[in-house]
Amino acid sequence: MGAAPRITIVGASLAGLRTAEAVLALLPEARVTLIGDEASVPYNRPPLSKDVPQALAQGAAEAAQFARLVLRSKIPEGAVQMRLGQAAVSVGPGGVRLADDTLVPGDWIVAASGLRPRRLALPGAEAHRHVLRSFDDAVRLARDLRPGARMVVVGGGFIGCEIAATARKLGLHVTLVEPAPHPMQRALGPRVAGAMAALHRAHGVVVVTGRSVAGLTLEHVILDDGQALEAEVIVEALGSHPNVEWLAGSGADLSDGVLVDDQMRAIGASRILAVGDLARFANPLFDAVPRRVEHWCVPGQTARRAAETIAAQEMGHIPTAGFAPMPSFWSDQHGLRLQAFGAPALADATRVVEGDLTQIGHHPIIVEYLRDGLPVGVLGLGANPAALAAHRARLDAALSTSVAC
Amino acid sequence: MKVDVDMSICLLHGQCVIAAPAVFSFDDAGGLVWLSDVDEGLRGDVEAAADACPEQAIVIG
Ligand SMILES: Cc1cc2nc3c(=O)[nH]c(=O)nc-3n(C[C@H](O)[C@H](O)[C@H](O)COP(=O)(O)OP(=O)(O)OC[C@H]3O[C@@H](n4cnc5c(N)ncnc54)[C@H](O)[C@@H]3O)c2cc1C
Ligand code: SF4
Repeated sequence: MGAAPRITIVGASLAGLRTAEAVLALLPEARVTLIGDEASVPYNRPPLSKDVPQALAQGAAEAAQFARLVLRSKIPEGAVQMRLGQAAVSVGPGGVRLADDTLVPGDWIVAASGLRPRRLALPGAEAHRHVLRSFDDAVRLARDLRPGARMVVVGGGFIGCEIAATARKLGLHVTLVEPAPHPMQRALGPRVAGAMAALHRAHGVVVVTGRSVAGLTLEHVILDDGQALEAEVIVEALGSHPNVEWLAGSGADLSDGVLVDDQMRAIGASRILAVGDLARFANPLFDAVPRRVEHWCVPGQTARRAAETIAAQEMGHIPTAGFAPMPSFWSDQHGLRLQAFGAPALADATRVVEGDLTQIGHHPIIVEYLRDGLPVGVLGLGANPAALAAHRARLDAALSTSVAC
Repeated sequence: MKVDVDMSICLLHGQCVIAAPAVFSFDDAGGLVWLSDVDEGLRGDVEAAADACPEQAIVIG
């Protein structure tokens, strides 16, 4: 190719930033533009449900809290054109159209626009309903985190459970409402999720399961069995929607995020790639089913892969075959660190290999996750990192033989 | 190359141990240990570890 390629990335968060870095590392002459609808520089999200709202509620300065979230970057000053505070509204052959109607051309378009929280499709109580995805969300929530206040968290996924734990630490009365039999059941399986529910209860969270929300009033959250929970603060933690509207009409499969091949190229739109929480890809470590993976490690892994694809195509060679990244995630709840490797959500059985689930929060526990009798994941609950590292190595070995055959 | 970990922010995720096992490891007590003076040949691994660290605790000199 003649001129330096133009790489236009939509979404200026972890995945977008890591893609810009990886592209420049392989193609230093590339002209990279990073478009983001948030006005701020890229920042890290996991602390937004953990220590950040706690610190803000306890009076820490906003600017200082934000400063510690800012993602460090290896990009030399000026090497990437930043278009912050501008949403992409559409994409076409000419490039990406922004909200102010300017067109940013691109030979390659990288979709890194992530997710936004799902909301309850119910009116009412607007002034004290919260979601948690951005720094601004955390700032707004922190103002309502007053000791003694009554909080209802709707949805017992990781973010809901983390914010429930944070609010308990701050002295709020917290009720967590989850339609499944246990919070986090889909991610952790029924046994571990049951133990986690017990941990939440031991720390004073009222866990209401098997129920969903039927209505909201100024003072109450009404459940589908008619129960009314007092609520001065409501957190909607119901999962997320992929931010794909700007890709409509591009040819990409947008049925759940952006469906990509093992080179991160959108199926149906060969010049568009997708990375991070948005990308739906198959991981041959497990099977051929494409899935979105909402873990912090994925943006870095998919960004490097996307950059390899672009560089290989620009330089006229074929990218290396196969993309099989090892997933990992962590969570912190009531002082307990959960650290997982692999895909516990895919398991049909669990085996406690160290400790005892009834001792959760008191003694280290390591759980192995199996599917059809073969290991697919390992989870530590307050586990010694060295012990967990040994299990992760075993998992690595087990999964790589399954890829080989 | 000098490598340091800011232990005031490290939360022992162990991502660095996975990305650069020749440089970072856990001792038996579960503490993080690392080589502070690392051969240039391992720069790629150390940079991968710094990128993988969710707390941005790894400082490369
Ligand atoms: C509160 C919270 C806690 C978390 N805790 C953990 C944890 O403990 N462990 C873990 O493993 N993972 C955790 N995660 C997940 C992790 O943070 C995500 O996987 C990661 O942020 C995904 O990065 P991303 O860049 O793909 O998407 P995002 O971070 O969502 O970034 C997408 C960016 O694109 C922007 N955007 C969207 N649409 C447009 C548009 N049309 N034009 C321009 N810009 C657009 C968005 O505003 C956003 O800035 C947590 C996430 C949240 C929200
Ligand atoms: S990855 Fe970062 S936080 Fe985790 S052990 Fe290594 S330095 Fe510490």
